Amino acid sequence: MRVHAKRAGALASGLMLPAMSMADWTVNMSPGVTSTSNEIFSLHMTILWICVVIGLVVFGVMFWSIIAHRKSRGHKPANFHENTLVEILWTIIPLVILVVMAIPATATLVDMYDTSEADIDIKVTGYQWRWKYDYLDEEFGYFSNLATPLDQVQNRQDKGENYLLEVDNPLIVPVGKRVRLLLTANDVIHSWWVPALGIKKDAIPGFINEAWFQVDEPGVYRGQCTELCGKNHGFMPVVVEAVPGEEYNTWLAEQKAAARKERELTRQDWTMDQLMARGKKTYQTACAACHQPDGSGAPPAFPALKGSAIATGEKMAHIDIVLNGKSGTAMQAFGGQLSEVDLAAVITYERNAWGNNTGDIVTPKEILDYKNQK
Amino acid sequence: MAENQTYYVPEQSKWPIVATVGLGVTLYGAASIMVNGNQGEPTTGAWITFLIGALIMAYMLFGWFGAVISESRAGLYSDQMDRSFRWGMSWFIFSEVMFFAAFFGALFYVRVFVVPWLGGDGDRGSTNMLWEGFQASWPLLNNPDPQAYPGPEHAVGPWGLPLFNTILLVTSSFTVTVAHHALKAGHRTKTKLWLAATIALAVVFMFVQAYEYAHAYQDLNLTLQSGIYGSTFFMLTGFHGAHVMLGTLMLAIMLIRIIKGHFTADNHFGFEAAAWYWHFVDVVWLGLFVFVYVL
Amino acid sequence: MAVTGVFMSSVADTHTQDHGHHGPAKGFSRWLLTTNHKDIGTMYLVFSFTMFLLGGTMAMVIRAELFQPGLQIVQPEFFNQMTTMHGLIMIFGAVMPAFVGLANWMLPLMIGAPDMALPRMNNWSFWLLPCAFLILLSTLFMQGGAPNFGWTAYAPLSTTYGPPSTTFFIFAIHIMGISSIMGAINVIATILNLRAPGMTLMKMPLFVWTWLITAFLLIAVMPVLAGVVTMMLMDINFGTSFFDASGGGDPVLFQHVFWFFGHPEVYIMILPAFGAISHIIPAFSRKPLFGYASMVYAVGAIALLSFVVWAHHMFTVGIPIVGQLFFMYATMLIAVPTGVKVFNWVATMFRGSLTFEAPMLFAVAFVILFTIGGFSGLMLAIAPADFQYHDTYFVVAHFHYVLVPGAIFGIFASAYFWLPKWTGHMYDETLAKTHFWLSFIGMNLAFFPMHFLGLAGMPRRIPDYALQFADFNMISSIGAFMFGATQLLFLFIVVKCVRGGEKAPAKPWDGAEGLEWTVPSPAPYHTFSTPPEVK
Repeated sequence: MRVHAKRAGALASGLMLPAMSMADWTVNMSPGVTSTSNEIFSLHMTILWICVVIGLVVFGVMFWSIIAHRKSRGHKPANFHENTLVEILWTIIPLVILVVMAIPATATLVDMYDTSEADIDIKVTGYQWRWKYDYLDEEFGYFSNLATPLDQVQNRQDKGENYLLEVDNPLIVPVGKRVRLLLTANDVIHSWWVPALGIKKDAIPGFINEAWFQVDEPGVYRGQCTELCGKNHGFMPVVVEAVPGEEYNTWLAEQKAAARKERELTRQDWTMDQLMARGKKTYQTACAACHQPDGSGAPPAFPALKGSAIATGEKMAHIDIVLNGKSGTAMQAFGGQLSEVDLAAVITYERNAWGNNTGDIVTPKEILDYKNQK
Repeated sequence: MAENQTYYVPEQSKWPIVATVGLGVTLYGAASIMVNGNQGEPTTGAWITFLIGALIMAYMLFGWFGAVISESRAGLYSDQMDRSFRWGMSWFIFSEVMFFAAFFGALFYVRVFVVPWLGGDGDRGSTNMLWEGFQASWPLLNNPDPQAYPGPEHAVGPWGLPLFNTILLVTSSFTVTVAHHALKAGHRTKTKLWLAATIALAVVFMFVQAYEYAHAYQDLNLTLQSGIYGSTFFMLTGFHGAHVMLGTLMLAIMLIRIIKGHFTADNHFGFEAAAWYWHFVDVVWLGLFVFVYVL
Repeated sequence: MAVTGVFMSSVADTHTQDHGHHGPAKGFSRWLLTTNHKDIGTMYLVFSFTMFLLGGTMAMVIRAELFQPGLQIVQPEFFNQMTTMHGLIMIFGAVMPAFVGLANWMLPLMIGAPDMALPRMNNWSFWLLPCAFLILLSTLFMQGGAPNFGWTAYAPLSTTYGPPSTTFFIFAIHIMGISSIMGAINVIATILNLRAPGMTLMKMPLFVWTWLITAFLLIAVMPVLAGVVTMMLMDINFGTSFFDASGGGDPVLFQHVFWFFGHPEVYIMILPAFGAISHIIPAFSRKPLFGYASMVYAVGAIALLSFVVWAHHMFTVGIPIVGQLFFMYATMLIAVPTGVKVFNWVATMFRGSLTFEAPMLFAVAFVILFTIGGFSGLMLAIAPADFQYHDTYFVVAHFHYVLVPGAIFGIFASAYFWLPKWTGHMYDETLAKTHFWLSFIGMNLAFFPMHFLGLAGMPRRIPDYALQFADFNMISSIGAFMFGATQLLFLFIVVKCVRGGEKAPAKPWDGAEGLEWTVPSPAPYHTFSTPPEVK
């Protein structure tokens, strides 16, 4: 079945305008790299071929009539308008085909819903507009943001190979292990989709959905958010990197060490320059999508920060809105999304960049105190 | 069906376009009140728009129904026309049933699926990890996030005022039927009395309901904002209450028409339509009593 | 409004044939105050075509932005407003009113009724539509922009995170709902009460049957839509928590209630086309419709099934497996009655005496392309496979195959079929065939590659895409521009036909049957004041 499909695809793409540009002419689903995605692919091909065969028969009869039974060829109309036998037949036969089709579909579905006994549990949280991956057993997590530069999107720079499908921190999983995903969202509904894994599951605020996969081949698998989630819905890709077990363990150790270090950084003393440098980076990933890289915003939905009452006024009010968000607006609560260090850095940055020059420093300790007093 | 020949096709009429303008202005005003209010802007202009629209609507209702009543009394309508009205009214009531079905459906879905899931039961029970400490119960007094939605202190029990209200409405369905039989028998005084009794029962119902709302808001902290129990409670009973008001208005108009000498023993569809509507309102209440209050 | 003017003069010419009734009034007040089903039908059709062009323009904006990867023409925020408005306008402004317009014109003619059952309410149903769309379109100029959450308006994107104009959107939906419900009540009352003597239910033309069932669906589900947008309204403005888990609600509740409306809505947009096609194919095959009774039962079965399949729009939201299986089986079952209809149409053509005037061309294309849309629908019904198709361009391809060559081609076929009856003139056949072929090619060019895009992994509702999707998107955009531009030709053909042309006889199609062909062309302002006798 699969070979046929590939051949048909190759034939179809060969017939159509040969090689118009560098892009490919994929016309079919890819079988993917998990057992689920392979089962889905074979279901897809089966139902596709059933449709093609039925289509050929029905359209065949129809085109025969169109060609042979024309008035211009002097064809005289028959007068039949009923035949109970054929009507029963063409009710029963499709029904039988459907039952035959439903059996493998049911089996696959049951398999997909079996989310018990996983080796690794990862909580996936959708944010406007990035993903957060929390390794539940390992006590660390990180955000995964679009890595394609804005200049490419706005056509000021040539687009790279993985345009819009590249992130700063991909989801890293070991090969050969059963991974369970617990999907949720922080704001609106998102949907986590990686075609090669055969997973598409909605991430719904306030609820957990489960999905599982097991990849046996190391590789990078790309997907996107597939539920309209606002302005930058098209700009929150998913990248999964499956690595050999050894490599995974090394990476895990690094991440845990980094998380520990991050916690220590909170207690360290920070200079203005250090905070500004780190704040600029954080601002680009967490804030710039709405408030724009130059702080000019996109009023009225996304107010400017440059010269704004909040960024140049009372420090505590600024901390409050960044940590807790503003209800009824698109301003999210970043208190749980960013580390104390990043929060301190980004607030410091906002209070001193673009000519805001308040001279205020907000330290990670202040943020920690603010959080504790709540 | 020879009476087709006399099927009444009205001449040009201004009422549809008046009604369109009225409805459009009313709802535009209503939306402006809400949007301006949310943004902390003045709502005076919006209120004026809304009231102008409402006045146009009132004018239209008097005018349009007035036209239909005078056409009917002028004998322009055939039996076939009468059947059109009957089909029209029945399907209108069916559409109302489906409107309530949406809210009942929401209530069932929330009670049977959502709240247990949030509390850690069923197919999506792992959701509970997001709401540590939350326990499912119905009526839901402690919401998953009590800070965002402080729950009510108590639910509304069924066996006090709600039971009294149930008795009122069931009785009113009975009295309106007696009035209808009296009208068919040509006993106009009896019709007036029983219809008046129906309206009185309806008015008492509304007073009780208003008292209950005040009690819920003041004493129970049960409000629209107190989570899904408050949301479903007030939306279901509130829309029912609005329909009771509309039904009462219809019955009151029928009473006025009877007093003015309208209707005959075998031609009184206006009255019947109002009675149908009243029975519908009654049946919805029974559903409410069982699913919102008792269970 | 030019078209209205043209219609006005042409129909005004015809009232010499009145039988003791007043003809139409003069001037614009005729259209504002009318109670005549033909006037109201005309207004619906003109309104629908206006909205079709407007929604089409928005589609052109979308396709222009998607012509190449990268952001060129519009910002994502506005792109989302365009997809939302395109969907709303096409569904509620173009397709539904077009079918109501056809119903207004044709139902009384087909069943031998003097008019619709409740003529004043009929006019109100129409005029509410421009009112609703005025409010909806005004949101484009409001602070924060128009609704940008897709026509499906999923919470909480549309509630907590929606623009301020959402409240206006909700009230516009309410007005459209009131209009549809009253229109549907009128249709049912007309069909059940005003049929000519002798026309039993099982002698009713299929267009009448399909509209009867459509009207039932409308009355059953439009109030549910009203209910769900009311919940939105309360969540936005009055602090309820229907769609907010922190208060014990669920965003997915919105989807359940919405799709309980939404799935029957899909059939509301296609059943009347089924009916019209079931007249056109026999007429140009010169052979009676095959399997009349099974056609009626099939439509009934489709309508009933449409109430129990809604969650197939939500296979990825995490429905428990029992529910998932139920909705998958029920959805697959719909293929059976739908298949019966297609087989019946083909059997009607079989051994007929076929000619291919414009209505027949559109009808044949309808059967073929709608079937393709049906096939992709069957594929989408397979829940596990849907995990890959869901919310990709495969779905976009699927529903455009159902709606464009389905609903829209059905409307074009009907328009060409009945234009001689409406205007008294034959339309320009050469131009109409050109319109058909350009639409056919443009439509396939626009939507067929979307299947490939979806299967290759392109999500829907994105303003920019990865490079491997570039070529098919470009082809799709070219097809869309072609299809869009072609519709101006349709406008020209209709205006030309209204203004003049070869005189149409009472029955311009030799194979056509039905009461509507017994009255002169153009149909007099008042018809069947005395009901005809049906054998």
